[in-house]
Amino acid sequence: MSEPLLQAVDLQCERDERILFRDLSFSILPGTVTRVEGPNGSGKTTLLRMLAGLNDAWSGSLLWCGKPRSAQREEFLRNTLYLGHRPGIKPLLTPMENLRALTAGRRPLPEPVLREALDGTGLTWFQDVPCRNLSAGQQRRVALARLLIADEPLWLLDEVFTAIDSGGVSAIEDLLQQRAAEGGAVVVTTHHDLNLPGMQRIVLGGGAANEC
Amino acid sequence: MNADCRPALTLRQDTVGALAAMQAVFARDMKVAFRQRQDLLNPLLFFVMVVTLFPLGVSPEVSFLREAGAGILWVAALLSVLLSLDHLFRHDFDDGTLEQLVLQPQPLFLLVLAKTAAHWVLTGLPLVVLTPVLGVMVHLDGNSIGVLCLTLLIGTPVLSLIGSIGAALTLGLRSAGVLLSLLIIPLYIPVLIFGTGTVASAAEGAPVGAYLALMGAFLVLALTLAPFASAAALRISLSNG
Repeated sequence: MSEPLLQAVDLQCERDERILFRDLSFSILPGTVTRVEGPNGSGKTTLLRMLAGLNDAWSGSLLWCGKPRSAQREEFLRNTLYLGHRPGIKPLLTPMENLRALTAGRRPLPEPVLREALDGTGLTWFQDVPCRNLSAGQQRRVALARLLIADEPLWLLDEVFTAIDSGGVSAIEDLLQQRAAEGGAVVVTTHHDLNLPGMQRIVLGGGAANEC
Repeated sequence: MNADCRPALTLRQDTVGALAAMQAVFARDMKVAFRQRQDLLNPLLFFVMVVTLFPLGVSPEVSFLREAGAGILWVAALLSVLLSLDHLFRHDFDDGTLEQLVLQPQPLFLLVLAKTAAHWVLTGLPLVVLTPVLGVMVHLDGNSIGVLCLTLLIGTPVLSLIGSIGAALTLGLRSAGVLLSLLIIPLYIPVLIFGTGTVASAAEGAPVGAYLALMGAFLVLALTLAPFASAAALRISLSNG
């Protein structure tokens, strides 16, 4: 049995005096895809931001590789890739400049590798166009290009299929599955009908939450 | 599908150095700013306009301008830095790059320091460069202009650094402008007093070493403490976002 990358114990989160979820416990194992499900406003994004380390307003404990995450923050950040529903793309920069800026603080990659990643998302002809001239879907593809070159074992993807066309959706599904096969762990929230074999589910909503 | 038999991806132990990450943040901010040059001109135009309107509105007398000139320039510089502060983190917050900045496996205060440095180079430094021209316009003598430039050169980074705390704290708010000013102005007052005091003392021919040393102390204090405070404030603002 491989050790869980991330382990949540008795998570509880309150927002606007409403309990989003309580007693939420789950483990993210290497080689799995986990889907966070629930209706709008059930706290999917909040949970993902908690897991990513952006939201600190929660109680319970999060363990990274068996030890409390707060004690090894940099270790955790180094091995986690978070894509929020704000894509993190500067409208004034080109896809290439954006990708370079996003990877520079983690693992700088040579230009051909970045170019290849952008090619892989179908942005070959848009590499030198400022991102504000791109469509919403194309902007998301710039952010998703990071997945093609990411070596972080844990991916946290919030609404990853938003504004992506059907061809792109199936490419992402394949990518997630391939990632799990390589031993990476993926946590996604989506309203898209995602059904991968062996997928773990975390169901939120109704004030209480259960792991299925 | 069995998770046990797959090769696990190895956890990464190393990452790029903090200095390289800071350079990347600085370079990106510069690039973004130069793609939107009209935003760069705003604080400069404000600075020039306030200083040119004073002789028209109050008095064009040489004696008045010589006495009040340094104060006018300092106040105008302070206000124009204050005006530009809201942009420091706001755009990054809106497009999500700030989230990615906070999640970089780097000490956040260093990245914030790099962003603040870019802010100073883009707003504070041009003000210092313009000061000799405007100094001549308000009839300051050469010695005073030199000292004024020096105080602004030491003082404007302090303004940017202190301002970054306020900008980070008010990030999650809709109308942050008023609150930002209320938070920051009291902290700017000592810098203003010593900045103009230095020039006044130089105009009387008195030594200014002690004043400059005190301003240098402000700069060191802001440089060592403000990035930590801004980084903590950014975390709080993002936590609510």
